[in-house]
Amino acid sequence: MSDKPAPAAPQQSRASAKKELPEHFRGYKHVWVFVELERGEVHPVSWELLGAGRKLADQLKVDLAAVVLGAPGEATRNAVKESFVYGADLAYLVEDSILGDYRNEPFSKAVTQLVNTHKPEILLLGATTLGRDLAGSVATTLLTGLTADCTELAVDADGSLAATRPTFGGSLLCTIYTLNYRPQMATVRPRQLPTPVRDETRVGRVVEFKADLDEDKIITKLLKFIPDRESSKSNLAFADVVVAGGLGLQSAENYQLVRNLASALGAEFGGSRPLVQKGWISSDRQIGQTGKSIRPKLYIAAGISGAIQHRVGVEGADCIVAINTDKNAPIFDFAHIGIVTDAIRLLPALTEAFRKRLSPENADRLAG
Amino acid sequence: MKILVCIKQVPDSAQIRVHPVTNTIMRQGVPTIINPYDLFSLEEALRLRDKFGGEVTTLTMGPPMAAESLRKTLAIGADRAILLTDRFFAGADTLATTYALAQAIQKIQKTWGDLDLVFTGKQTIDGDTAQVGPGVAKRLNLLQLTYVSKIVEADAEKREVVIERRAEGGTQVLKTKMPCLIAMLEGTNEVRRGSISDSLRAARAEIITWSAKDAEIEDLGKCGLKGSPTIVKKVFAPPVRTDRAAFVEPGKNAGESADVLIEAIFKRHPALEEDMTKLASGF
Ligand SMILES: Cc1cc2nc3c(=O)[nH]c(=O)nc-3n(C[C@H](O)[C@H](O)[C@H](O)COP(=O)(O)OP(=O)(O)OC[C@H]3O[C@@H](n4cnc5c(N)ncnc54)[C@H](O)[C@@H]3O)c2cc1C
Ligand SMILES: Nc1ncnc2c1ncn2[C@@H]1O[C@H](COP(=O)(O)O)[C@@H](O)[C@H]1O
Repeated sequence: MSDKPAPAAPQQSRASAKKELPEHFRGYKHVWVFVELERGEVHPVSWELLGAGRKLADQLKVDLAAVVLGAPGEATRNAVKESFVYGADLAYLVEDSILGDYRNEPFSKAVTQLVNTHKPEILLLGATTLGRDLAGSVATTLLTGLTADCTELAVDADGSLAATRPTFGGSLLCTIYTLNYRPQMATVRPRQLPTPVRDETRVGRVVEFKADLDEDKIITKLLKFIPDRESSKSNLAFADVVVAGGLGLQSAENYQLVRNLASALGAEFGGSRPLVQKGWISSDRQIGQTGKSIRPKLYIAAGISGAIQHRVGVEGADCIVAINTDKNAPIFDFAHIGIVTDAIRLLPALTEAFRKRLSPENADRLAG
Repeated sequence: MKILVCIKQVPDSAQIRVHPVTNTIMRQGVPTIINPYDLFSLEEALRLRDKFGGEVTTLTMGPPMAAESLRKTLAIGADRAILLTDRFFAGADTLATTYALAQAIQKIQKTWGDLDLVFTGKQTIDGDTAQVGPGVAKRLNLLQLTYVSKIVEADAEKREVVIERRAEGGTQVLKTKMPCLIAMLEGTNEVRRGSISDSLRAARAEIITWSAKDAEIEDLGKCGLKGSPTIVKKVFAPPVRTDRAAFVEPGKNAGESADVLIEAIFKRHPALEEDMTKLASGF
């Protein structure tokens, strides 16, 4: 029911309905990006959003502002500086010891207060667990529209935000507008948009904002934070090279061939969803619509058919190499390079061949 | 413990087809299922009821045929099921959906007493927004716990809940008060099948059906298409890449195939070789 594209007919008539922004929303200006700072670390989706936000702001001829919430200290100030480096013109800074760890109550309060005071026309957040938790409450409090999990943002001729998102498991895309309400809100999937180029010379204006927060009035308490173990933590989303396997590998033992290749390449490894269901890989290594979106320079998919839900998570890769025994497998419709052969036999040979080719002696040859 | 679980009937998305000419969704004959993510929340609700007593009510807003999905929740073990259905609700986006659901939940509380917990799924597989849970929580002034991987403790006497929540870089252990809204993460429990007596009861049970009027919805202007700030302007199939993969002919043996494949990769992306050499040697 929510954001559901069908049926097409009645919505089309509404789409062409006259858009008249009520008077009290006319003063809403500028594009804001919520910078996701948690435990002193900024989620990289924030920089991707600043890249997209920059383009929107330039088109609308308005400012791009970063919204930084955090505990007082170096990390928070640093996040502000970095926001300028990635394209923000100014930053709204809310420093409060309550905001060191994410909790819905203080964060949604602070953001809502900030919006009501400084009135942006567009507010973007990452579609992370934090961003989605926060965006839903903020949009409902403000009684405005929110388009979730977008893959593309644009400004149309009359200045409205056109937010495009996959729906029905990626088999369709739809473009959604927020009519007559401000701000227009959207969350964007990590690794869907490119990270903008850093410009170390950029600086900006800092607007400090005192939010009305009181720890005694916040009911939810954080008892503990258990960080993911660094060793087992997957860095899939940000890896330059990813090797993945699918059901075509036929057994958990054969999946080891994927790990071997990944290890020879210094790459991350992952797989299709059925492998998670079979317990061959952990869920944070699932690639696709309900797993991780990736954007590597090289993606090698072995024994993966290329279902739409897998495809939407890998399409941002610069080079997709598919190994599959079936020349009609859908993965060959979007892979750049394909080979029709048995992955179980090819993978060990490929590992060996890459080892040789990428060995330090060869590196010297390349450098010389 | 009085618990409510919001569920949604969704098309089995693996089988969705797009009409190649008109670009519309072909729904005919597409089987429907209970949104799979909702089942983890339903299971968690049933476990709490089994442990502490009380009742589990399931609620959905949808077309009359959504009654089928509600009946399934009874067969799994829910005590009562409510279908909110009315033409006023058609075309609702998330904001309008949360309005109608929140109003119905208030009516449920008026009728059967105050709720201790409300559950939703993490997200739906058709709407896929993960917004309805936070929206309902906000409207009902419930504390909100999303992406919950474990309910560590739920103490109805002290009205306290301790949960583990999936955050970006780790797990948060949070303590909050009832009433609150919980959205379970998928795969966090084994969803039960339901007993034979439950399925017998479900087959004969009444699905309580409420119109907007029955649910005492205050403002119909906040429902359905009318109450939706967002509109879907365009629906289209993802652009099809017309060029298929460049196929590399396998060699006489795996070793030869590996060599030609690597050659093809580096020919297409010359910069990769240097990048990968660095990566492979660990710097
Ligand atoms: C709501 C929803 C969400 C989903 N989310 C995701 C998601 O996030 N990620 C995801 O991956 N899937 C997802 N799926 C599942 C998806 O639809 C597919 O079922 C899944 O991607 C298929 O996995 P696979 O390619 O490994 O297996 P299969 O489709 O079974 O393909 C196996 C492939 O291996 C090939 N093969 C067989 N033997 C060999 C061999 N020896 N050498 C080489 N190739 C061989 C076969 O030709 C075949 O193409 C989702 C589904 C739904 C309904
Ligand atoms: N029409 C509906 N009726 C009842 N519950 C719903 C409805 N739509 C969404 N929900 C609940 O809200 C959760 C999140 O949905 P969504 O925001 O669409 O991803 C779902 O898992 C359901 O528990």
